[in-house]
Amino acid sequence: MFSRDRWDEILEALNANKFRTLLTAFGVFWGITILVLLLALTNGLKNGVTADFGDFATNSMFMWTQGTSKPYKGLPKGRYFNYKVDDIAALKSEIPNLKYVSPRNQLGGYNGANNVVRGTKTGAFEIYGDYPEYIKQQPMDILQGRFISYSDIEAKRKICVIGTGVVKGLYDKDEDVLGTYIKVNGVNFLVVGTFKMSNSQGDGEQDASTIYMPFSTFGQAFNRGDNVGWMAITAIDGVSITTLKQQVFDLMKSRHKVHPDDDRAIGHFDLSEQFERINGLFSILTLVGYFVGALVLMSGIIGISNIMLIVVKERTKEIGVRRALGASPWSIKSQILQESLILTILSGMLGISFAAFVIWIMNTILDNAGPVENFANPSVSMQVVFTALIILVVSGVLAGLIPANSATKMKPVDALRID
Amino acid sequence: MGSNSLHVLKGINFDVKEGELVSIMGSSGSGKSTLLNILGMLDEADSGEYILDNVPIKNLNEKIAAKYRNEFLGFIFQSFNLINYKSALDNVSMPLYYKGIKRKERTEKAMHYLEKVGLAEWSHHLPSELSGGQKQRVAIARALASDPKVLLADEPTGALDTKTSYEVMELIQGINDDGKTILVVTHEDDIAHMTKRIVNLKDGLIIDDSPVQQVRASVHV
Repeated sequence: MFSRDRWDEILEALNANKFRTLLTAFGVFWGITILVLLLALTNGLKNGVTADFGDFATNSMFMWTQGTSKPYKGLPKGRYFNYKVDDIAALKSEIPNLKYVSPRNQLGGYNGANNVVRGTKTGAFEIYGDYPEYIKQQPMDILQGRFISYSDIEAKRKICVIGTGVVKGLYDKDEDVLGTYIKVNGVNFLVVGTFKMSNSQGDGEQDASTIYMPFSTFGQAFNRGDNVGWMAITAIDGVSITTLKQQVFDLMKSRHKVHPDDDRAIGHFDLSEQFERINGLFSILTLVGYFVGALVLMSGIIGISNIMLIVVKERTKEIGVRRALGASPWSIKSQILQESLILTILSGMLGISFAAFVIWIMNTILDNAGPVENFANPSVSMQVVFTALIILVVSGVLAGLIPANSATKMKPVDALRID
Repeated sequence: MGSNSLHVLKGINFDVKEGELVSIMGSSGSGKSTLLNILGMLDEADSGEYILDNVPIKNLNEKIAAKYRNEFLGFIFQSFNLINYKSALDNVSMPLYYKGIKRKERTEKAMHYLEKVGLAEWSHHLPSELSGGQKQRVAIARALASDPKVLLADEPTGALDTKTSYEVMELIQGINDDGKTILVVTHEDDIAHMTKRIVNLKDGLIIDDSPVQQVRASVHV
């Protein structure tokens, strides 16, 4: 269908009135530019907002205890209880769909009182007792040394891994960190590693001012025994933690003699649910982007349709001549269709390229000006580009349909009579 | 398109043999153009039959009509009807394009016919760069290009001055001498007498159909 002759014909026809062709093409160019830009901006917003979740495994929840609200098995209501370390093993064996179960304990807090001393320097840091799995739920880059290991847990070694903020607060520049001791609440810990958050934004300072130590050591050093402060639980891929959490609660209730209907005894935060909610929001925003972009594009398409109608009208006589020379109605129709298709696709591709250029400029500015809250890396995937191209092809055909039909509606004899 | 029909032709019966050069005359409204359009399959008769080279032309849909027009007929129009953004050569090769002939062969053939009408060196000029006579000669080359059985010329000299008219008629006579069947619609007596037979129409009826002594256009040139 697209022979070289056809190409020549189409290019000749488009060239015949360059300025008009250009103006017509601009409608579609603009439409697709706006469509792509809208989607890129939505994506940038999404990237910015989801960056606040950090890299934390999204299919996760946090779970802690609250006072019971119902008496059960002779125990009064308003009773406080703690998760124990052996709950972890029970959870893992009873619910195999859980990928990671990390018990956690915390000491101190951000902006709290000074709790760490090294020589003459002191600082207030967040101190966590953790299991080795935790780094898989909360990805961090180990800059020096290592993270906590299971042998640390078993041997209850007094070691710790410290964030870049801690290094900055307690050490001089270029000072060796590994192998030194820091005093946490009066207990000495050997520094075996430093880290920074893999992809942190916003809360970066807080994240970096953190000290991790083995859960068992923490319990012993700070008198927590085998009590667990809270747990970070991640489900395996493909199974939502939201569907598993009731099982987890039920197991915990039965192990801690909590009334099965006492929902207030266990507090939790479902990260996956929140993440889904935000994803849902952005799906809608993307949809809105497509919708608004498509509407703008549509006015461009109508412009093409309009101009093709005029072209057909202007060329009525030429079409009559062509038919007298033996052009079949289909060959006339397909010529008009292809003209509108090519005009649409060419201007659309230009629009996509232009949008890509604008996105590139935005990214360059963002890179140079530093991070902006809730907005990062506006971009579109190849999938969006292909979708846009498909939209263009479909709309190009649609734009040509009415003009193409009107081109052959007139009888050749009438077409020839027109001056 | 109008719903009120008008009977233009009221019973026409005539044969044209192969190799004839016939002129159809008549005042405006006599039906000569309608007749030519029916012969050209641009229009269809309400009733009656039309047989072209033993092929009955009836029940045409546009697709078949287009094919027949391309194979059997060559059109020459009063206003030339060249496509103004195409060169002379491209104009001439257009029927060949619709016939589905390959580009190279098409260009060769088109060039051949341009030579035949004496415009080889104008092949790459646009119609706007040609004189009226030259345009009509390009149109004649175009009509000849697909080697049709019949040439249909609707007032071929209507837009030309006398001298150019005679030059065009000389060309048409030459083509007829080579054996091509040609029908010319005209209302000019001198042009009609350059054909071999004059059919006179009036109010949709043939009032006279007689062979004439052909006046060679070359005498006037």
